[in-house]
Amino acid sequence: MNNYRNRPDVIRALVQDDRVHRDVYLSEELFALEQEQFFANTWLYMGHASQVPNAGDFWSLDLAGRPVMMVRQPDGAVRVLYNRCAHKGSRLVTDECGNTGKFFRCPYHAWTYKLDGAPLAIPLKSGYEGTRLKECESGQGLTEIRHVHVYRDFVFARLSNEGPDFESYFGEVLHAIDNMVDRSPEGRLTVGGGVMRNIIHCNWKMYLENINDTVHPMSTHESATQAADALWQGRAPDAPKPMAMEQILPFGSGYDFFDKMGGRVFANGHSVLGVNFSIHSNYAQLPEYEEAMRAAHGAERAAEILQRSPQNSVFFPSLSVKGSPQAIRVIRPLAANRTLIEAWSFRAAGAPDLLFERAMNYNRLVFSPMSVVAHDDVHLFESMQQGLRAEGNEWVSLHRNFDPAELEQASMTTNGTNELLMRNQFRAWARFMTAGMETAA
Amino acid sequence: MQPEDFIAAEAALLDAGRFDDWLALFTEDGHYWVPLLGAAQVDPYSHNSLAYEDRLLLQLRVDRMKNPRAHSQHPASHCQHVLQRSAIEREDEATGEITLRTPFIYVEARGDDQVLLAGTCRHRLVRTPDGWAIRQKRVDLLNAGRALPAIQLFI
Repeated sequence: MNNYRNRPDVIRALVQDDRVHRDVYLSEELFALEQEQFFANTWLYMGHASQVPNAGDFWSLDLAGRPVMMVRQPDGAVRVLYNRCAHKGSRLVTDECGNTGKFFRCPYHAWTYKLDGAPLAIPLKSGYEGTRLKECESGQGLTEIRHVHVYRDFVFARLSNEGPDFESYFGEVLHAIDNMVDRSPEGRLTVGGGVMRNIIHCNWKMYLENINDTVHPMSTHESATQAADALWQGRAPDAPKPMAMEQILPFGSGYDFFDKMGGRVFANGHSVLGVNFSIHSNYAQLPEYEEAMRAAHGAERAAEILQRSPQNSVFFPSLSVKGSPQAIRVIRPLAANRTLIEAWSFRAAGAPDLLFERAMNYNRLVFSPMSVVAHDDVHLFESMQQGLRAEGNEWVSLHRNFDPAELEQASMTTNGTNELLMRNQFRAWARFMTAGMETAA
Repeated sequence: MQPEDFIAAEAALLDAGRFDDWLALFTEDGHYWVPLLGAAQVDPYSHNSLAYEDRLLLQLRVDRMKNPRAHSQHPASHCQHVLQRSAIEREDEATGEITLRTPFIYVEARGDDQVLLAGTCRHRLVRTPDGWAIRQKRVDLLNAGRALPAIQLFI
């Protein structure tokens, strides 16, 4: 099957101004090209620096089908190396995380490397005298991913050597990370409470689109929100809610609520949904914490941080951030029809434990494999993956509120139910999919 | 009823889909807990859990499944608990609370798909005028922290 390789025009034609072709979700050939091109050309979220606090700490993962590891260096920097022995290709570490000490040692033939990947020693050194080992890749040590950027402890990598630099790639959406980090009066977050991992049999784009889908909760989550409403009925509107109720009841809000929350798109597929308010805006206030925030940031900036609680900020194509509760989702595509979703919670230094509790509670309630909210989402993503195989209509509609004027604007604010937030993702997809792609003769 | 028989009867209610009857086995302050670290987890607060639910949240889960618009239940899920014999781990003379451990295999089937999980349940039971009641059902999965598909019923 070779419908798309070196045919950038054919790939671009899959994304029309107001709809996309089903192949973007179904085609295994396109997924292979995404692994090769798209995920190499975009900046992907690796992990958080607090996952590797001490020199020699590593965190290994598969990034777009490549084995990589985040490694804390003796000088405190975080580097990202391919987890592949320069000799015969064995992975240096096979635990997900741990501490390797002062060097990496391949278990197979005992080749060793410094923490930055530089070659240290090889047994039977004399056997290599007069060979070309030193001049070739195998003699250079572990391959480092050169384009790594650590932004306020959030580690991103671009696998390709070509492409936009970090700041110009993400631009304004980085304020969403600022907002989350600055919710710590000390300006520091650490991951905590473990990570929820979900395997979903759908294309990764369905999940990412849904992060910006404001018109599904009413119908998709009807059973969960009706059950919650019924259990809560009859209580005074101002009765103190258990945290779970505080977090789940707003899912039952209507179209008007989600429309008015507003959204903003940025160049390269990024977005902030809920620029005005969101389902996270009405969590109970914490006067002592707010006082600590004012002391740390000044009254004006503290108010600005705390009043801004977007629904989701998307760092296209791999990360979605919730400033409050302090939780992120990481999208790790595995196949055209298989996606791993990780949900992480953060502790904010200097903030009360309740904030951490909110993050964990939200992830458990909404992003656990056992979540009653997620069950209906997952069912529908998997249902689309099946349904799209039907004949007669090869297109997925993204028409809502389409306006040709939007094509001229890299960045704009709009109503919360405008599907622009999804169209914007696909426009970036087509661009990074085809960037640098040669056209077949 | 012997506590070991109570544990077997509890699983049988789940396998029969009698969720209201199952929920009635819990004390008012009862919890259902599936820690993310499995047997290694100390408490539900310092680390997250796949589920940590009080009666209110359990009721929500049970009520939701009665709604014909619980989309993920079309087709419906069914489960089978395969239990090893329960063993009493602790007995508190003062409160009468007993703790039992029950290794299990759990299968949840839906349409053509089956999810297979293994682990050990730890029940904290208290004696009430109506018989045994569950103060806590803790489910320590073998692989709670790894990637899992949707688990829709009660392990």
